[in-house]
Amino acid sequence: MAAISRDDVAHLAKLARIEMTPDELDHMATELDQILGAVKRVQEVATADIPPTSHPLSMSNIFRADVVKPSLTNEEALSGAPAQAEDRFKVPQILGEE
Amino acid sequence: MTNIYSTAAEMAAALDKKEITSVELTKAHLERISAVDGKLNAFLHVDNQGALEQAAAVDAKRAKGESLSPLAGVPIAVKDILAQKGIPTTAGSKILEGWRPPYDSTVVAKLKAAGVVILGKTNMDEFAMGSSTENSAYGTTQNPWDLTRTPGGSSGGSAAAVAGFEAPLAIGTDTGGSIRQPAALTGIVGVKPTYGGVSRYGVIAYSSSLDQVGPFARTVLDTALLHEAIAGHDERDSTSIDAPVPQVVAAAKRLDVKGMKIGVIKELSGSGFQAGVSARINESIELLVAAGAEIVEVSCPNFEYALAAYYLIAPSEASSNLARFDSMRYGLRVGDDGSKGAEEVMSATREAGFGKEVKRRIILGTYALSSGYYDAYYGSAQKVRTLVKRDFENAFTKADVLISPVTPTTAFKIGEKSNDPVAMYLSDIATIPVNMAGIGGMSLPVGLADEDGLPVGLQIMAPFMKDDLFYRVGGTLEAALLSKWGKPILSNAPDLAVK
Repeated sequence: MAAISRDDVAHLAKLARIEMTPDELDHMATELDQILGAVKRVQEVATADIPPTSHPLSMSNIFRADVVKPSLTNEEALSGAPAQAEDRFKVPQILGEE
Repeated sequence: MTNIYSTAAEMAAALDKKEITSVELTKAHLERISAVDGKLNAFLHVDNQGALEQAAAVDAKRAKGESLSPLAGVPIAVKDILAQKGIPTTAGSKILEGWRPPYDSTVVAKLKAAGVVILGKTNMDEFAMGSSTENSAYGTTQNPWDLTRTPGGSSGGSAAAVAGFEAPLAIGTDTGGSIRQPAALTGIVGVKPTYGGVSRYGVIAYSSSLDQVGPFARTVLDTALLHEAIAGHDERDSTSIDAPVPQVVAAAKRLDVKGMKIGVIKELSGSGFQAGVSARINESIELLVAAGAEIVEVSCPNFEYALAAYYLIAPSEASSNLARFDSMRYGLRVGDDGSKGAEEVMSATREAGFGKEVKRRIILGTYALSSGYYDAYYGSAQKVRTLVKRDFENAFTKADVLISPVTPTTAFKIGEKSNDPVAMYLSDIATIPVNMAGIGGMSLPVGLADEDGLPVGLQIMAPFMKDDLFYRVGGTLEAALLSKWGKPILSNAPDLAVK
């Protein structure tokens, strides 16, 4: 049985905010199933007694003094904006109102 | 006579003695790029004017007798994943087409401050996801040794630029082998420094617990000079190590390995590696023995699981990192006709802007992190990471450095693996464990494979923050190989300028 179905991929694509064509969903489901088949072997050695490693450095939060330093100007920060208005990023409607 | 075929150290010395100006040197490289980059496609953007202005500024400082850093006036190529103020930065993706960063990454700022002349930005697999540059949205880079083959990836443009004499130096990034693998496939030197050794501020993130910036060059000494120019603590990168930079330039000049213990990793030799690759590695081992090193065999039994763990960890982190490409603040925006909500526009933009491999990894990562599968996939992969780290720790109790081939084969044909993701992933089998443990590694060209005449890379790995050790071994072996060959390896490559 496939580890991952076409419906699973459609759901994941929705979560990841990537619109996908029916063709893409078909291909992706087949490929992901193959990849998952290859990578699931990590489970062979991942026994309960082994602690996980999330990062190569054991470090805690890094803080600096809360001092204002020169930063981007408003114009620089907006220089790559797809749309802007009134010195702000202009975005499509978020809450679905009329 | 100093020219584009000289080493960076030779260029720096000639500049210092005023035998050549940086403007002359920069022009020579820009001319080379315009002559051969149509064949290589190593550059995504060439900054002719900016480079010449930078070169002129260095020449003016030198004329005034100001003190300059060692590489001042020497040109460089920079992977298109590092932000450079005002210069197009795409990470090989359509989603960032036309974006010009409003700031410099720390590495670019350091290069500018050191007077290193930035020629332009180099091609790469989209968001550094790939091993061949075939995943670039802007076409594949060709290998200077054979234009029908890939230069490797993801930093394939940087490697091809250096091997093709378009630049003596280049910057790359390495998440699972993206500096070392292309260096091996193009016959140049590439180093992945210890994790945290070089700042990642302003570097577009792929997999944050693995990504590292590093140098490419044609010699070990040149690589060391660039390494020291870009390394060091940066308060803008919270994963940057606050410790002195390893003395890699001195180590590269040492040319002595007497009494050093060099471990050969049993699991990364023999079957699974092309015969011509294994033959060159074995010759290198003999040369190191002749130079006074002691060879020991070490076993790293968990390395065989590293590749599988990598293809869970990296996509998981990527699925989170790439969420920032949401079409709201910069980059592409598609379908914003006033009738659609933000989520619809976001989904349409990411569909149009991301390539196939990027989508594949985002979906895979989203899956591996989702509830119900987290422990089985991402959690298990993190445990494998612990085991790989322990394997290295054990191996380093028996040896000062470890060696292996960089890649299972020499450069493969363009198109050969592009439809088989699992086969493509296998080309990183020997480089991935280094990223998992966070240590550093070097790829050193050690000759040509008998069956195809293409370059072979030897990987040298050292313990955490002991990057100087692989420069010491690499420099010694490079000198022994050069005296054996009588000429640099790249003199065997075809002349690209011939029409």
